[in-house]
Amino acid sequence: MSRKIPEEEYRKTLSGRFRQWLDGTKDPFLGEVEMKKQEPFREPEQVVRRRKQDRKLLTERVYDLEHNMEVRIFQRFYKIFSVLFCIFLVVMLLTAVSDLPSFGQADNPPNNEVAARYIEKGLQETGAVNIVTGMILDYRAFDTLGESHVLFIATCTVLILLRVDKKGDKEEGEANDRIHEPKNDVILQAVAKILVPPVFLFGIYIILAGHLGPGGGFSGGAVIGAGLILYLNAFGFARTERIFTAKTYRRMSFCALACYSAAKSYSFYTGANHIESVIPLGTPGAILSSGLILVLNICVGVVVAGTMYTFYVMFRKGGY
Amino acid sequence: MALVQNFPFMSIILSLFSGPLCSVLDGKKARRVNLAVISAVGVMSAAVLFYVIGTGEPFIYLMGHFPAPWGNEIRVGILEAFMALFFCAIMLLCMAGGAREREEQIEESKQNLYYVMSNLLLCSLLALVYTNDLFTAYVFVEINTISACGLIMIRQNGRTIEAAIRYMISSLLGSGLLLLGICYLYAITGHLLMSNIREQVQILAAADRHHIALMVALGLMSVGLAIKSALYPFHAWLPDAYGYSTLSSSAILSSLVSKGYIFLLIKIFYRVVGFGVVTESKVVHVLFVFGIIGMIMGSVNAIRVDDIKRMIAYSSVAQIGYIYMGLGLATEAGTVASIYHVLSHAATKSLLFVAAAGLTDVSQNNTRFKDITGAGYRNKTAGVAFTVGSLSMVGMPVFSGFISKLFFAQAAVGHAHKMLPTFIALAISTVLNALYFMKTVIRIYTPVPRSQGKYISAGEQPVKTAVLICFILLNLVLGLNSDPVIRLIQGGLGMFE
Repeated sequence: MSRKIPEEEYRKTLSGRFRQWLDGTKDPFLGEVEMKKQEPFREPEQVVRRRKQDRKLLTERVYDLEHNMEVRIFQRFYKIFSVLFCIFLVVMLLTAVSDLPSFGQADNPPNNEVAARYIEKGLQETGAVNIVTGMILDYRAFDTLGESHVLFIATCTVLILLRVDKKGDKEEGEANDRIHEPKNDVILQAVAKILVPPVFLFGIYIILAGHLGPGGGFSGGAVIGAGLILYLNAFGFARTERIFTAKTYRRMSFCALACYSAAKSYSFYTGANHIESVIPLGTPGAILSSGLILVLNICVGVVVAGTMYTFYVMFRKGGY
Repeated sequence: MALVQNFPFMSIILSLFSGPLCSVLDGKKARRVNLAVISAVGVMSAAVLFYVIGTGEPFIYLMGHFPAPWGNEIRVGILEAFMALFFCAIMLLCMAGGAREREEQIEESKQNLYYVMSNLLLCSLLALVYTNDLFTAYVFVEINTISACGLIMIRQNGRTIEAAIRYMISSLLGSGLLLLGICYLYAITGHLLMSNIREQVQILAAADRHHIALMVALGLMSVGLAIKSALYPFHAWLPDAYGYSTLSSSAILSSLVSKGYIFLLIKIFYRVVGFGVVTESKVVHVLFVFGIIGMIMGSVNAIRVDDIKRMIAYSSVAQIGYIYMGLGLATEAGTVASIYHVLSHAATKSLLFVAAAGLTDVSQNNTRFKDITGAGYRNKTAGVAFTVGSLSMVGMPVFSGFISKLFFAQAAVGHAHKMLPTFIALAISTVLNALYFMKTVIRIYTPVPRSQGKYISAGEQPVKTAVLICFILLNLVLGLNSDPVIRLIQGGLGMFE
């Protein structure tokens, strides 16, 4: 084979590298992707032996039928009764359902003046083109205020359960995370580089257009949260922690919920005391319209995105 | 509109807002915020109570610019304001009484989360008490459930995690049944606002339409709330949750969380379905029967356990049985007695939990009966307080427990079928109560050699002593001065119509 350049240089060119890859002499990702081989999980012999002994003891105790007649009788009755109870419950609920007004009739009780006003005057009174958004964030905003705090308190409960604060445990979590999650996966990084910005943009769009069309804080926040999780998986904690730490999350959700509470307190207070609200409704269809709904959607979106991301991080590593 | 009328809304928003606020503060500051919020809400509720008693009329407060069936609203009567005030007082005492235990048993970095839970729990209780909308009630039931789980498992050991899982499963089952019931009601009435549902239900009942769906809805809601408040056959989550969680959690769970659900059930009976329909239904008989079984079986279980905290927990099962028995009588007097027992039990049970913690403190933190022998001499205030609580539970005159038993008996007099069972159950239950509570009192006053355990004088833990004295006073006030309280309850129930 005649070649103008020497073998050494040829290897560095594009075609040379391609040829090497074809031959299988060089793996292009070797040295770049850091992936630890997962060793099959093996327990020390002592543990295995002790567990066998425990299990034997347990079986002896539990299946010691002479002494455990009660257990056996209970288990048999339990099975029979649970089946009977399920049948009873199903029959009862179905009977009740058959007693309900049949589905989709025009004169059903739920088609009353309440729904009529939502549909007929919803746009005029809330300024939101999307009636559902107008309903949950203006007519019945108190319920939604509670609902967004449900998300917040759920995150706090997960923090209680999963956050690791002891120093040793934290390092262990870090080490485990390095074993189980590959770092610098080139394919994932390349895809994430293309996907993450549109995902964020789309999430922001869903939130901002919540009062104009299908969407809103809950769904948009979920999309942004998914984008954050994808970004984290591709680039690792080192990159995400530059913008998003536990402290950021706490402050963000506090600001969002405080803003929500403040905005709604204003409208509850003025509403109950029959004071005219100074917040203009704007032109329906414009992005800056429908009073406080846009602000509330943004607050809900922030809380939902933070909640999703925090859940993921807590289950993966137990801390930021 | 008077400024006072804004207070219920302000107390709900204040406690709601303080939840996220506590999450950004450190433990100490969060604790101060928590105490300040509970006190502020208590003061506001007291002002509302005086205002409502003054006007003698319930008032409605719009939550937004839209009137009721379209928007949300809250409704404030005497009973609502009184319950809010009472819940705040008990919560304040519980939080103050359990402060030292919390510091020992909860990781320092998670202290502030405890106050997040407690603030949002207070908020949900207030919303449950005040709301006039069934769906709002459901939303705040969710907050209540999750925060109660957090309160149980924040003391992290295997037992509390298991207890929290048990609590979560039963409680979510209860929420699910409640939601199903609300759905059925919505399908046949087309409303979520309590007053409108009642109007529609009266029409339906008069025309005898959708009878099955109405009864199933009523049954589902009653059973759901009964599971959540640990009526006898559904009490499996209770002993672990109360027995292993940190002191203030046990006290709050037993005296506030389950009582909030019972209050919601009473509200559903009176304000949503209408008491006339409830009395005619068979649901009350079921509640009555389970209440009576609970009164006896709870006490029997309490006699069998060898652990003071679990004994108190099982005694809660018995006391919840009393409350449901009163509701099951399906008379005005029965409901009044039940509400009085809610107050009396909340005051007494938290007293017992705080006193029991004082007793185990001087017994190397052991809760078994063998170890607490003679603890009444080592910690005198806790001993006296425990004795007072026990006497009240057994039903000695002067204390609040006696009055509630008296009212239960009075409510049953003249009832066609339920008089005899009520009397028999009250008698048996009183004897059983006396058996296990007096056994414990005798045990803590059995002398042992001085060398065992450490001694705590009243001055060493001033806060706890003050809390115990407040609880004892509350008990005596409820016991000696029951007439005004009963009049308040009757007035409040009248406003439910």
